[in-house]
Amino acid sequence: MKFRVERDVLAEAVAWTAKSLPARPPAPVLAGLLLSAIGEELVISGFDYEVSSRSQLPAQVEEAGTVLVSGKLLADIARALPNRPVEFSTDGPKVQLVCGSSRFTLQTMPVEEYPALPDMPKAAGSIAAGTFAAAVAQVAVAAGKDDTLPFLTGVRVEINGDTLRLVATDRYRLAVREILWKPEIADLDAVALVPAKTLHEIARSLTGGEFVTLALADTEAEAGQGLIGIEASGKRTTTRLLEGEFIKYNSIFPAEFTGDAVIETSALIEAVKRVALVAERNTPVRLSFSTGQVTLEAGTGDEARASETMDAVFEGEDISLAFNPGYLLEGLGALEAPYTQLSYTTSTKPAVLTGRPAADADHDPAYRYLVMPIRLTG
Amino acid sequence: MRAVPSILHIDMDAFFAAVEQRHKPSLRGKPVVVGGVGLRGVVSTASYEARVYGIGSAMPTAVARRRCPNAAYLFPRFGAYHEVSQVVMGLLREVTPLVEPVSLDEAFIDLAAMPDGGPGTVEDVRALARRISDQVEQRTGLTASVGAGTSKLVAKVASDAEKPHGCVVVAGGSEQEWLDPLPVRKLWGVGPATADRLLKLGATTVAQLRALSESELVGLLGHAWGGQLYRLSRGQDDREVSPDRETKSVSVEDTYPHDLMDRPAIRAAITELAERVVRRLKESGHTGRTVTVKARGHDFTTVTRSETLAAPTDDPRLLIPAALRLVDGAADAATGQMHGIRLLGVGISGLAEYAQGDLIAELEGLAAEEDEADGEPEREGEAAAVRAQPDPAPSAVPGATAPSAVPGAPSAVPAVTLYGPVPVASEGRRWLAGKDVRHAERGPGWVQGAGLGRVTVRFEGPDTPPGRIGTFSVDDPALEPVDSAEVARAALPARAVGH
Repeated sequence: MKFRVERDVLAEAVAWTAKSLPARPPAPVLAGLLLSAIGEELVISGFDYEVSSRSQLPAQVEEAGTVLVSGKLLADIARALPNRPVEFSTDGPKVQLVCGSSRFTLQTMPVEEYPALPDMPKAAGSIAAGTFAAAVAQVAVAAGKDDTLPFLTGVRVEINGDTLRLVATDRYRLAVREILWKPEIADLDAVALVPAKTLHEIARSLTGGEFVTLALADTEAEAGQGLIGIEASGKRTTTRLLEGEFIKYNSIFPAEFTGDAVIETSALIEAVKRVALVAERNTPVRLSFSTGQVTLEAGTGDEARASETMDAVFEGEDISLAFNPGYLLEGLGALEAPYTQLSYTTSTKPAVLTGRPAADADHDPAYRYLVMPIRLTG
Repeated sequence: MRAVPSILHIDMDAFFAAVEQRHKPSLRGKPVVVGGVGLRGVVSTASYEARVYGIGSAMPTAVARRRCPNAAYLFPRFGAYHEVSQVVMGLLREVTPLVEPVSLDEAFIDLAAMPDGGPGTVEDVRALARRISDQVEQRTGLTASVGAGTSKLVAKVASDAEKPHGCVVVAGGSEQEWLDPLPVRKLWGVGPATADRLLKLGATTVAQLRALSESELVGLLGHAWGGQLYRLSRGQDDREVSPDRETKSVSVEDTYPHDLMDRPAIRAAITELAERVVRRLKESGHTGRTVTVKARGHDFTTVTRSETLAAPTDDPRLLIPAALRLVDGAADAATGQMHGIRLLGVGISGLAEYAQGDLIAELEGLAAEEDEADGEPEREGEAAAVRAQPDPAPSAVPGATAPSAVPGAPSAVPAVTLYGPVPVASEGRRWLAGKDVRHAERGPGWVQGAGLGRVTVRFEGPDTPPGRIGTFSVDDPALEPVDSAEVARAALPARAVGH
């Protein structure tokens, strides 16, 4: 095997592919990156049985071939190389890497022991890369981090014709984002539960290109075989789907609200952050609404206390709601809207945050962040 | 050291047993033993009538039964004790802001913290102690013993000196003289083990103990305890009364009459314990984040495992599954060589006074509401039947309605469901001796005994004359459990006017 690639292209591709390598590989070969030079290109792949990554880049191939080398070492070297073309060549069981006057000799691992990467499923549709990454970030914030109930660590991807809906919950809050996309088939109807952390990382790493393509393996197939593929400009990745029933989240949204309040988002974020300074370990922040204003308070009894009053568009019965300040802040941050509409029914029922482009504009229901309030028992 | 004996120790007399006698007229004046009733149970409290037979706290119930087979052996009803305790603690807080509850039935108070500076003379202290004692009796129908001294030690020893219904005030300066003739066992913290060791040095009274040097005591009992006992025997105790010692955790544990051998039995037991601890948690107005499971194997290997949830909660649907997730690991670790689990416990810590709302619970609540709407016609019939009774019973009957199957509930444990009440298996309803019940026709009463598929109920209430008994099948649908806290609330005498 012998080929030559541009240093920048190589470094970027190796770094991206190596990201999905397992920190503690269950088998030594899984710590490797597979380099396949064929035709006019080099294909770099990594796989840990959950997530596979594969990037394709142009290469001048003199002699086709495949080698398996340590992914971490290759990534470290590629990043540090001078900006000159890089030449790879096999030398018995070793690989020679020459770049300018730098020369490395790397060990290889047996290619035949490396598992076959899953096939990319059939493409389902595509969407602007930036839009997709932003939408995933907006819902991934609400996903669960511990895997007591595995479905809580996932983002539910619902495809309904030209609507792509992303949903995640950690059982204390729930975020739903709806976006338009271009399905391959007009009446496509599909559902997948994707590990939130992986999806978030993948979506963020694929914003370089213009579009990303989503591909779904038939989720009705054998259990454990579900797979989603995401592809953008020469990079493709697959990840195993989570199993388990997602909650019937639609019914959690109150059919109607008792009232709502509209507050400037950035001012509210600042105020919650200040007041929450006295809320140790995410003890509640209380929001008391009365005509034209909201008062934020945290801390009780002899402990440190804080309060702050700010303007709010609010009419109706006074109401007090208590929230985990962390949950509130993450929701307000994810809205990415100048004004926040907080809709509620009672102090123990879920409240819903939506964004408004201006205080007197309609709210935008394409992103909804539902948060369960805190009930005071003492 | 203070000059006026302004630290008071208030100790309810044979509290658990006294509450039982107050709520169960047929037991008044008779020996009553409250505690674990099984083979390995121990006595929590014996009534004074039972103490005549030599029955005391911490004695194995089996021994107590041999000494007094005719006593009433009852399971504790913590709901009721907690209710009465609240009244007593409330009363003490009316006296002084500085109240340190030690347990359900005892508390220290500091009269020096009273807004007016508290009583200035021994006689004033005595008058106030008497008044507190009278008020406890008026408001609860139960007696307390009060001790007053210049330190917590003296107050505690004094409250015990003339039990029951005692009132002993030890004047400042006379502590040593008063302590000297007392047996060493009377000192705070001196149990049978310490007393045995002191006996070897010839010390049976406080005066004899005081004759020992500090180094002798340290040599005998170790540095910390030896040194402390040296000071205690001289009446030296500078511990302050600290108000509202924060509750740090709530826990329950059971020793089982026979070792639990298989996983379903262990899981069923842990579910029952977890339900109990969640009930106690709720009663105290708390929520918690950390669930700890304790398991003790046949060879006394004891293991604990804990898990911390994302947010504090008092929802059994979160706490019980957490306990179940922990118990397999704990039980396996506690049974390395020998099979069988003799003790299990569940504790909740990381206490808070708020609960993070939970979406899954909320969804299940919504689903239940829908079911309710679907089941309208039958419910109406049921409601009518309840209304026909003069005093509708609280209908918190576990399993009165079949719990709806919830996805995710493991099928491995048939005896319990994770998300709902224990289903109505006829043997699933445990009629524990002493528990409050209500019979659809015969009204309120308590379980006198159960076995062989029958349960015997004595029909009486706190304010009725001693009642008659009736025997029913354990799965008689007319019989339902009643919350003991409710019985206790109803039994409290109406508040005297003028306070």
